[in-house]
Amino acid sequence: MGRISLEGVRKSFGPHVIIKGADLDIADGSFVVFVGPSGCGKTTLLRLIAGLEDVSGGRILIDGVNVVGVPPAKRGLSMVFQSYALYPHMSVRGNIGFGLKMAGLPRAEIDRRVEAAAATLNLTPYLDRKPRELSGGQRQRVAIGRAIVREPKAFLFDEPLSNLDAALRVQMRLEVTKLQRQLATTAIYVTHDQIEAMTMADQIVVLNAGNIEQYGSPLELYERPANLFVAGFIGSPRMNFIGGPAAQRYGAVTIGFRPEHLKASREGEGWEGKVSVAEHLGSDTFLHVEVSEIGSLNTRAVGELGLAPGDRVRLLPDPHRIYRFDRDGKAMST
Amino acid sequence: MTEQTQRVGRLALTPAVALLFVWMIVPLGMTIYFSLLHYSLLNPGTESFIGLDNYFYFLTDPAFLYSMRNTLVLVGSVLAITIVFGTLIALLLDQAVIGRSIVRLMVIAPFFVMPTVSALVWKNLLMHPVSGLFAFIATSLGFTPIDWFADAPLFAIILIVAWQWLPFATLILLTALQSLDEEQKEAAEMDGAGALSSFFYITLPHLARPITVVILIETIFLLTVFAEIFVTTGGGPGLATTNIAFLIYLQALIQFDVGTASAGGLVAVVLANIVAFFLVRIVGRNLDA
Amino acid sequence: MPRAVSPGRKWLTTVLAWAVGFVIFFPILWMVLASFKTELEAFAIPPSFVSFHWTLENYAAVQSRSDYVHHALNSIIIAGGSTLIALLIAIPAAWSMAFAPTRRTRDLLLWMLSTKMMPPVGVLVPIYLLYRTFGLLDTRAGLIIVLCLGNLPIVVWMLFTYFKEIPKDILEAARMDGATVGRELVYVLTPMAVPGIASTLLLNVILAWNEAFWTLNLSTSEAAPLTVFIASYSSPEGLFWARLSAASTLAIAPILVLGWFSQRQLVRGLTFGAVK
Repeated sequence: MGRISLEGVRKSFGPHVIIKGADLDIADGSFVVFVGPSGCGKTTLLRLIAGLEDVSGGRILIDGVNVVGVPPAKRGLSMVFQSYALYPHMSVRGNIGFGLKMAGLPRAEIDRRVEAAAATLNLTPYLDRKPRELSGGQRQRVAIGRAIVREPKAFLFDEPLSNLDAALRVQMRLEVTKLQRQLATTAIYVTHDQIEAMTMADQIVVLNAGNIEQYGSPLELYERPANLFVAGFIGSPRMNFIGGPAAQRYGAVTIGFRPEHLKASREGEGWEGKVSVAEHLGSDTFLHVEVSEIGSLNTRAVGELGLAPGDRVRLLPDPHRIYRFDRDGKAMST
Repeated sequence: MTEQTQRVGRLALTPAVALLFVWMIVPLGMTIYFSLLHYSLLNPGTESFIGLDNYFYFLTDPAFLYSMRNTLVLVGSVLAITIVFGTLIALLLDQAVIGRSIVRLMVIAPFFVMPTVSALVWKNLLMHPVSGLFAFIATSLGFTPIDWFADAPLFAIILIVAWQWLPFATLILLTALQSLDEEQKEAAEMDGAGALSSFFYITLPHLARPITVVILIETIFLLTVFAEIFVTTGGGPGLATTNIAFLIYLQALIQFDVGTASAGGLVAVVLANIVAFFLVRIVGRNLDA
Repeated sequence: MPRAVSPGRKWLTTVLAWAVGFVIFFPILWMVLASFKTELEAFAIPPSFVSFHWTLENYAAVQSRSDYVHHALNSIIIAGGSTLIALLIAIPAAWSMAFAPTRRTRDLLLWMLSTKMMPPVGVLVPIYLLYRTFGLLDTRAGLIIVLCLGNLPIVVWMLFTYFKEIPKDILEAARMDGATVGRELVYVLTPMAVPGIASTLLLNVILAWNEAFWTLNLSTSEAAPLTVFIASYSSPEGLFWARLSAASTLAIAPILVLGWFSQRQLVRGLTFGAVK
């Protein structure tokens, strides 16, 4: 079983507080993504769970047992590193089987498990090759193979796809998700890419400067962001934020609405503005519009609008999709 | 990094640190202690505390001043020869040369020859006034051969030591030259710099740091030249080729004057420390980079 | 890609470089030539370069002298032994500094290097007296101890620089895979660092083999390595020059070969990283 809980977990390096106090409950078998900007502490949190760093305070429970102080090997977890961290002097077989060798399993058992993992990951023809003879994607799969062969309580992924090119990344995203579902093992996945987070996760943990801003399903985070940060982080392109008198009219300090909820038309109601940049993707159009007294707004429309830079345009937000935020940046109830 | 790793880390360091600490402190402590005694191995059991008298005797002994002069001349000359020729040879080897690796081998070789072998080869095969090669060359050109070790002993030693250390300087400077960005040279060329200005404004400044390092490291090791003197002149004639290291050796193991030798040893340590201070600073700066 | 050089210029630099190389290498060459001459021809005037009676009698004489073999063996044992022991002590220390560094690590490293900068003559007296008291004079063990401690800073330093080039996360992966620190060192770090360890071994064997201060002062016959043996030829009777040349050639030949392979290590090890 792979239930993981964090209770008041804190981490500081000297005077710098990296994790301010994390409380989290990760259900067995779920795919949880830690997401946030650089330096938010997501990798640190992962390494605390792995046991590669010591906590400065709090408890980490794996299946109800506090593992603080327990070395990584004894926590029953596997990790896939960003750089794959394969052993260059061992073959693929040796890499995948190393953990089992350390655990003292008999040779026959090691071979059996290694070959099973290799089959799952389409690595069988490469078993006797060395890492330097493999492509990036293949190395990635060896790293995953090394993790799954130990049948851990949970997988820990540290930005595993960021070293791959875009096309491979999309393909590996699907493979990782399918694999996790197939193995039904808990997975904690760290990324800075919110699209990866949204597409792969059962639950997302949004981190910012050492704080957990929100923890929920992708749709929850999209539809009911808890504060300014989450609202601005989730969703691409970024949500539009307006302060000042326009916001006050709605009874809030800041209001926000997503580009896809901002309707653009040549005539009609709404704010008047001038198109500064138009991005035509064929399937979508992104317009950057300068609106006097408000500033720059982004809007997204499906299909082609036929608008060009310099054109005058009217922007109307969907009234049911306006988010209101108070002075502290917290979301106000609608 | 976890607490556990840190703990193991400290443990792993302990043997090396402890051994080096003992290696440093114990002998050095003993040297300091002995330097404050009147202690001669010829009369064991008559040691007496005489405070700083040993230092006084040592530092005012004309032999000390003479050996100090010899040391400075030796170190200075070898530095000059190795750096000047080292730079020139490094520049030469940085060019396109057919069979460059073999030339490198020939230039590097002297550094790897045992000092005792070098010294004897130079003394007997080359510099011998009757049957050495130099003598032969001199007589065939109509000159009288120089009796190196009688007429110019310190110069002979300088020659031998410089020959041994030239590869070191050359190798270091060649490595530094090859790390000089090709693009910098090309930019200078586009800016109209000729070969000579390119050398003075681009290459030489780039070499300033490695040359400094070579000077510092060579000085530290040259201060204690010993084997070459031991094997060729034994410090003579008279004290003509006695440097600080040899003087201390003479006092310790020939005259068995432990007290004075210890005082001398400490003087040598202080001298080396001055140079080491600067070297450690440079190394430290590099470590942070 | 360097531009092509005019052939004229290339020939000039080539001739110049070869001339310089030849001049510098000449003493060694001359010695090797002398080793193949008869004693008479070795100091004959005028000296001959090629047209002399080549003979192997000197090498035969050297080989048959049992004390030559004895001293060569000493050199091997002392150089090899001191370096291997230094490696055993240095590998964990370098691992610690590279992968478990503390605030003090940098200063510790600099301090270690500074111990190498101490002039040996400064501690000649106490070491000599200590050795005399403990019966370590003229023993192989005694020499191994001194040389090991003398070279330890360089061994630690070089291993440290090589270890730092190993990515930390590979060692962390080993830890996640269940390796203790010891097994991490044995199964992952050492195999990955083999080139670096070999280079360090090479350079330090060379330094220990050529060491000519402690060996000259702390040994006389029993434990004397080749440095001392050759030095014993320094008496002015030049009748054994050819034999001396043969002995010397045998003494330095292995080191010259090793030295050729360790040029880069020389720069790394002896400039303490101050030159890249």
